[in-house]
Amino acid sequence: MRFDSLLDSLGRTPLVGLPNLSPSPEVRLWAKLEDRNPTGSIKDRAAFYMIEQAEKEGRLTPGCTILEPTSGNTGISLAMVARLRGYRMVCVMPENTSAERSQLLRMWGAEIHYSPAEGGSNEAVRVAKRMAEEHPDWVMLYQYGNQANARAHYETTGPEILADLPEITHFVAGLGTTGTLMGVGRYLREHRPDVQIVAAEPRYGELVYGLRNLDEGFVPELYDETVLSTRFSVPSDAALRRTRELLDKEGIFAGISTGGVLHAALGVAAKAVKAGQRADIAFVVADAGWKYLSTGAYEGTLEEAEKRLEGQLWA
Amino acid sequence: MAIEVRIPTILRNLTGGAKAVDGEGATLSELITNLDKNYPGIGERLVENGQLRRFINVYLNDEDVRFLGGLDTPVSDGDTVTVLPAVAGGMR
Repeated sequence: MRFDSLLDSLGRTPLVGLPNLSPSPEVRLWAKLEDRNPTGSIKDRAAFYMIEQAEKEGRLTPGCTILEPTSGNTGISLAMVARLRGYRMVCVMPENTSAERSQLLRMWGAEIHYSPAEGGSNEAVRVAKRMAEEHPDWVMLYQYGNQANARAHYETTGPEILADLPEITHFVAGLGTTGTLMGVGRYLREHRPDVQIVAAEPRYGELVYGLRNLDEGFVPELYDETVLSTRFSVPSDAALRRTRELLDKEGIFAGISTGGVLHAALGVAAKAVKAGQRADIAFVVADAGWKYLSTGAYEGTLEEAEKRLEGQLWA
Repeated sequence: MAIEVRIPTILRNLTGGAKAVDGEGATLSELITNLDKNYPGIGERLVENGQLRRFINVYLNDEDVRFLGGLDTPVSDGDTVTVLPAVAGGMR
């Protein structure tokens, strides 16, 4: 396939079957390989759409500074597009994300402000909002509330999946900004009213959540619960185990959040088998494992890897 | 076989420190009633006015029971039920 530039090659990622992890010929799993995007993650779609939209609206002009709270992938995508388009990029990122993410961000020229580990991504959002007030000339694209994020998936990811898998019964993705689930979910429902939209959210240990209050939950502005059919909460050990299974059984080297998504996909697959129903379950491989090698997730026994992952954000 | 119920730290004073206990029942509601018999007080920490408490999340095999049928969600032997306090990052 030939493209005029790297950005033109965005999307149109492969959907691959999982012959070994699918429970039966009637209940099949399909992986959407979003690591095959320009910077290696699904976030390239949202980043490109958000920048295009801001340019169209005249909010972004050459020389502008873009500010974004990110646990890594969105920042990396934005930094790449920003570099090509001549913008300065400032990221706010939790300090307990993997070392590779920082290296990649700097490689594409982004500046990084670290937010305290305790608050995770929510704290990064708070810090970024504060910085935006201090620098009114900076442009915060704000992936959690930017409709162009969900629209990227409504216009690209959703149609790609439906074209490749017209018989789709379930769509499973990670719940972060909620952009993927909202965009793909709305598109699929318009064309397959009975489709199940399944969210997988990370469940971190007390090392990450221990210092927080119970009622300070953050709801992304994009989130509309009515789009979802159900939600899974995936503990770190399950995400890690599934990441290894995907590698061992299907040869797919995915990031740890994908293990969480696969856990939910296998959960709905097991329910379909139990109910004697046919199912074609598409799930998102948000990125590959490269950025997480330093976490030790792929080395030694599962128990050792779990221990190393304690206290780290993996989605 | 029974249903394994995983107990969060803040409720372990009611289970003698146990991280996981076994229970029985055909629905989540019955399971909680059964748990309360063995671990008095746990029921009211989970249920209020016939509904799951707002700041308690309950998962059946990691799936949020609020999407499944709440207290009426059917449960069966071999299932795992996880009780967690709602925390930041949860999006309710």
